[in-house]
Amino acid sequence: MPNKILGILEQREGKLKKVSFEVLSVVSNLASRLNLEPEAIIVGNEIENLDEALNYGVGKIFHLKNENLANYSPSGYADVISEQAKELNTNYLVFPNTALGRDLAPRISVRLNGGCIVDCISYEISNGEVIATRPVYAGKALIDVKLKSDIKIITIRPNVFKPQKKEKSSTASIIVKDIQSPNLKTRTIEIKKSEGKLDVAEADIIVSGGRGLKGPENFYLVENLAESLGAAVGASRAVVDAGWRPHNEQVGQTGKTVSPSLYIACGISGAIQHLAGMSSSKYIVAINKDKEAPIFNIADYGIAGDVLEILPKLTEEIKQIKS
Amino acid sequence: MNIAVCVSHVPDTATRIVIGKDEKSIDQSGVTYIINPYDEFAVEEALKTKEQFGGEVVVISVGSDSSKETIRKALAMGADRGILLKDDSPRDSFSVAKALADEIKNQNCELVFMGKQSVDFDNSITGQITSELLGYSCITIVVDLKIENNKIIAEREIEGGKEVVESELPAVITAQKGLNEPRYASLKGIMAAKKKVIEEKPALQVDNLTEILKMKKPAPKSPGRILGSDSTAVSELVKLLHEEAKVI
Ligand SMILES: Cc1cc2nc3c(=O)[nH]c(=O)nc-3n(C[C@H](O)[C@H](O)[C@H](O)COP(=O)(O)OP(=O)(O)OC[C@H]3O[C@@H](n4cnc5c(N)ncnc54)[C@H](O)[C@@H]3O)c2cc1C
Ligand SMILES: Nc1ncnc2c1ncn2[C@@H]1O[C@H](COP(=O)(O)O)[C@@H](O)[C@H]1O
Repeated sequence: MPNKILGILEQREGKLKKVSFEVLSVVSNLASRLNLEPEAIIVGNEIENLDEALNYGVGKIFHLKNENLANYSPSGYADVISEQAKELNTNYLVFPNTALGRDLAPRISVRLNGGCIVDCISYEISNGEVIATRPVYAGKALIDVKLKSDIKIITIRPNVFKPQKKEKSSTASIIVKDIQSPNLKTRTIEIKKSEGKLDVAEADIIVSGGRGLKGPENFYLVENLAESLGAAVGASRAVVDAGWRPHNEQVGQTGKTVSPSLYIACGISGAIQHLAGMSSSKYIVAINKDKEAPIFNIADYGIAGDVLEILPKLTEEIKQIKS
Repeated sequence: MNIAVCVSHVPDTATRIVIGKDEKSIDQSGVTYIINPYDEFAVEEALKTKEQFGGEVVVISVGSDSSKETIRKALAMGADRGILLKDDSPRDSFSVAKALADEIKNQNCELVFMGKQSVDFDNSITGQITSELLGYSCITIVVDLKIENNKIIAEREIEGGKEVVESELPAVITAQKGLNEPRYASLKGIMAAKKKVIEEKPALQVDNLTEILKMKKPAPKSPGRILGSDSTAVSELVKLLHEEAKVI
């Protein structure tokens, strides 16, 4: 019997997150290249779109179910996942590199006596082993790393690996396991959502504003452009420190690291700490009145002009093309 | 309350990274080191907790002699004493955490503060590993913290919002920006820190579980195009995004 690789899926409010399909695709790909049996675990209560997970080339999906595990509990999730992984005798585990995955993966590593590589953005197989590539020094360098432990755990950066549907495998099925009295020593008692807005860490398009906006009263220009694109609003540290924008919008070395398909930097100079958080974006647009600003060195397209003048026009044209 | 705060000594965030000759680490020439920015939030929270409950704040770092500068910085902010767990060779998060857990046990600390992430290798896992090794609770990426009796209520940042998490002591808390405003080290604090003790002992010897095979620079981005300098360039930009990049 081949050895196993397990994907750990993530749900929020009873719905699988997009990154779960990315995890399944990586698991399926690694399984075929390393001759492993691909399976998955999801912890939660009712999950409406769990059936969809069967279309990504993975066999059994274990749904570890309990109403008190609908929201994240570090102690509860770590217990049930590590027990299930031990029971399945798995060799590899793949987690999403999200707030949840990054919190859990190292805990599970200790319990399974394995090592863990976080934030993997690509990998190759060499002599039957996974060599993972991940950014370090905020993306200013990359390292190729391997695990020396028997049990190997990696977390994958969201939005990097494309979800790939496969023909349903003959063993594909969901196995529900009801969990009795989970360990709720550490548990979520409330989730405070940031006013229905899209988070930069999850967005496919981000419009960010910097000090070039001149004041918080002009940020509606960034918000309007974001809205026309279905994008999240980001910010430089300078404007977060000035209190113009909340910290959860800060992109950069001490903010969030993002890799959207499109990043539009408005009135941002492109300091090294800002670039560190967004330089792996697929396409970068810069709008800055100083054509020598370092942001232009990494931008695909730029306009060397006044954001206050350009943003309304850009929003208008995007609306037109979308309609 | 015995409180530990773990600090790492990292290259300044403005450092231009040059790959070293071994192709496995960075070239150290001209690199200045600082206290890991997130660890300043950890130190501040440790000091605030001591002010509330009394006790002692001990600063622990795993690294070479130069890490003493970072310990000294935390002492200047107000921590009571320091411990350098000495090791000159590179360690991964697992072997750092094992050395830290071992010493935290020795020091009998029931509350441990760390940063959410070290800005060198950006692992963001040392706190969780340490807590597992100690059998402590652990709440990561914390932006708000309340401790009452043995109970902890913390807010942690997640995608699109915050989770309010409840747990118990003993615990490891990893600090995110927003938790507090780190105090500046006063001149008096800096002078006082010179007299505070930094105990030095060898770090627990354990094997790394990961191995770096190669360090490299990311492929350089080909320089882009400046399309114009006023709003007349907007139409072309939208066209390129739609037809060439196909991202809108
Ligand atoms: C430890 C540390 C960590 C840091 N972490 C981060 C981080 O995570 N994220 C981050 O962003 N920064 C970070 N920084 C700060 C960083 O160094 C910069 O100070 C910051 O990114 C600058 O923000 P900015 O581009 O908005 O402002 P500025 O650098 O002031 O740039 C404003 C730009 O707007 C342009 N401009 C002005 N008016 C107009 C106009 N009318 N139209 C168009 N353009 C205009 C100017 O030409 C200029 O280029 C960090 C710094 C340190 C020391
Ligand atoms: N060598 C070290 N010595 C002491 N504490 C450390 C060390 N490395 C990491 N830490 C702590 O662990 C946190 C997270 O680091 P990391 O998991 O490496 O990103 C840091 O903010 C520090 O509080």
